[in-house]
Amino acid sequence: MSRGLRLIPIILLLFVLSGLAWRLIKPADTAVPSQMVTRPLPQFTLPAATAGQSGLNSNDLVTGRPRLLNIFASWCVPCASEGKILQELRRRGVEIDGIAVRDTPDALSAFLNRNGNPYERIGSDRKSEVQIALGSSGVPETFVIDGRGVIRRQYIGPLNASNIPGVLRELEQMR
Amino acid sequence: MIAETGLAALWLAAGLAAYQVFLMVLALRSSVEVARPMRGVAVAQGMLTLIAFAMLLLVFARSDMSVSLVFANSNSAKPFIYKVAGAWGNHEGSMLMWVTILAIAGAFVAFFSRRTGERTLAAALGSQAILALGFYAFLLFASNPFARLFPAPPDGQGLNPLLQDPGLAFHPPTLYLGYVGLSVAFSFAVGALLTGEVDARLARAMRPWVLGAWILLTLGITAGSYWAYYELGWGGYWFWDPVENASLMPWLAATALLHSINVLAARGALKAWTMMLAVIAFSMSMVGTFLVRSGILTSVHAFAIDPERGTFLLALLAIYVGAAFILFAWRGASLKEGAPFELVSRESGLVVNNLLLSVILGIVFLGTLYPLFVEALTAEKLSVGAPYFNAVAGPLALVLALLVGIGPLLSWRRERRPVLRQLKVPALVCVGALVITVIVAPGIGILPRAGFTVAGFLLAASALPLANRNPFRAPLATWGMVVAHFGIAVALAGMAANAAFSSERLAIAQLGEALSVGPWQVELVSVTPTAGKNWTAIEGELRASRGSGSITLTPETRYYSDPPTETNESAIETFWDGQLYTVIGKQDPSGAWQLRLWWKPFVTLIWAGGALIAFGGALALLGRLLPFLRRRRHPEWRRGYA
Repeated sequence: MSRGLRLIPIILLLFVLSGLAWRLIKPADTAVPSQMVTRPLPQFTLPAATAGQSGLNSNDLVTGRPRLLNIFASWCVPCASEGKILQELRRRGVEIDGIAVRDTPDALSAFLNRNGNPYERIGSDRKSEVQIALGSSGVPETFVIDGRGVIRRQYIGPLNASNIPGVLRELEQMR
Repeated sequence: MIAETGLAALWLAAGLAAYQVFLMVLALRSSVEVARPMRGVAVAQGMLTLIAFAMLLLVFARSDMSVSLVFANSNSAKPFIYKVAGAWGNHEGSMLMWVTILAIAGAFVAFFSRRTGERTLAAALGSQAILALGFYAFLLFASNPFARLFPAPPDGQGLNPLLQDPGLAFHPPTLYLGYVGLSVAFSFAVGALLTGEVDARLARAMRPWVLGAWILLTLGITAGSYWAYYELGWGGYWFWDPVENASLMPWLAATALLHSINVLAARGALKAWTMMLAVIAFSMSMVGTFLVRSGILTSVHAFAIDPERGTFLLALLAIYVGAAFILFAWRGASLKEGAPFELVSRESGLVVNNLLLSVILGIVFLGTLYPLFVEALTAEKLSVGAPYFNAVAGPLALVLALLVGIGPLLSWRRERRPVLRQLKVPALVCVGALVITVIVAPGIGILPRAGFTVAGFLLAASALPLANRNPFRAPLATWGMVVAHFGIAVALAGMAANAAFSSERLAIAQLGEALSVGPWQVELVSVTPTAGKNWTAIEGELRASRGSGSITLTPETRYYSDPPTETNESAIETFWDGQLYTVIGKQDPSGAWQLRLWWKPFVTLIWAGGALIAFGGALALLGRLLPFLRRRRHPEWRRGYA
């Protein structure tokens, strides 16, 4: 075997390693965005999820001002970490409504006591029906709704600190 | 204290591994006799990792929630066996298990290996220590399994319910043992390339490790395939999923190595190629571990993507495999090829076997990583699925299975006897199988029909190596080969039957409604809620009958609470001629239930074949080890080699 031939494995290895390294740096985007983006909200009416806070009707979201709709659940660990970010958005004047998916009032109250309550209204979606109608496939997800009740953007997975400026800018542009 | 003891043992083991590397350099650079201390240190290193792993098992068994890993992966409500299995059902624990098995394998080599020269053994144990050092660094600096939480939380977060299955207790350890067995072959190859002692003695020292690793990989793949079959509830036994391919690739390389190593052991030929394969087989294990643990490929076996862990594993992969390839390019030229052989001979048969296996390996490798490379170069997203693999690898596998029937009949160096004459019976069986499938099932696809034909040929041909001699005086290794090759034919027949004759029925059924699938009438009798230790479920009662008598099946859909997940527990009934496979899904608004029913004729042959292949390997391993164990009792032999 000539030396050139014996170098082939090393060249192939470098090729494969660079491909794997590229994928590590730039993870695959497996999230499939909802077909509902750019369409008006579906009609729904959800009962209150906890005592002392009103439920959510799709008309509540058509207020002439853009707002956020957060899909979450007390049993969802990433949702707890997202709480801080939503609180921060709330502090900066963003209006947020929530849909609690497959939740119970007790578990939800405990969750809100622990992680804070940034929501104006929380609807209880016991069977994930509204979640599915919105084209959301998991928790947490956050929809940006414009003043006319049209879905403008969907965030799949928990919002993090780096999302805050982007969300604020989007809401500002829609005003 | 338990966790701290484990961590201390891990640090000490890492220190000893570093000392082994120092001893290796000493052995290679001077003529200092290091074999004796090297053996001792390797054994001590193995003991220390065993202590560390035992400590991890202990904190999991006691549900010590102050250990962060236990908190994240266990729950006090879990059944005990899954508490213990939870120790390796997560990233840190599985890495500790990896390095434990690696170090214990090193200890076994140090304790038992008398076949190679002392310098090669020292170099091999040194490279084994280098492998271990990478994983020690990984554990100690990037993913400490013994990290504490303060204050200790009251209870843990649980374990993915898909993994709460007896399969979990044995599947990963089996594959890891297989991977680590290949690491020993890798270390021997690197050691021999360093000292230049690539010869038949080396092949004989490597062979039991390769054989043992190959048996475990075969078992691991067979069991994993059955797990996916009954737990995922999709009725398939192989999905060409990246994680499945990650375990298939080392198996293909190990199978090639297993055959070429025999040429090296018997004839002293194929030196460079065998060393290359030893490196590739372990590289594939590393690639497999990387693909699974980094989670970079989309898979049904979803693990979280973690760039930091992925980077570490990728760096280790680059260093180990890159260094071995460079060593190969540098020292490979100095290897003198052994005895020559002619075109028609056992050697050339094994070369063809190796070529076909390597091509199939290349196809699987390419198909697994192709989407990644296309996206890197063109930003276009695509996926490569079963149609590609079946169409490209399938025919090659059939050609290989056909040659499996012929190769063992050839003699070493050159073939003078008329081999084809021996193949009369297999040829008849083969034609018979073809005729029967044409008459019984004229409509089946070309690949299943070819599968039946080749399986028929191999069923008969695999026994021929025992036919011309007294079978009871044949060596155990020959028996092993015959059983393993027979197992290939059995598995192939099962795959062909499954592809050709499975019936599937997806339907919505009201209570009392009967559905037909294949020869079966299945009635939905009732649906009742039930509960287990950490789950609730709805359980369907199905009554199935064909002709006389009926049986009851109870598939479930389970809802686990910690973390909330839903799984389908299929109910499978096995008969001599196939399996009835049933899954119950959700209730639709009208009150009817989703049912998925399959009748899969002779599907069990697939796993029976896999088990036979592994059993054949075990016979061969026993055949290789028995004389060695017997000889160890004779002191003059020990003085001669030790």
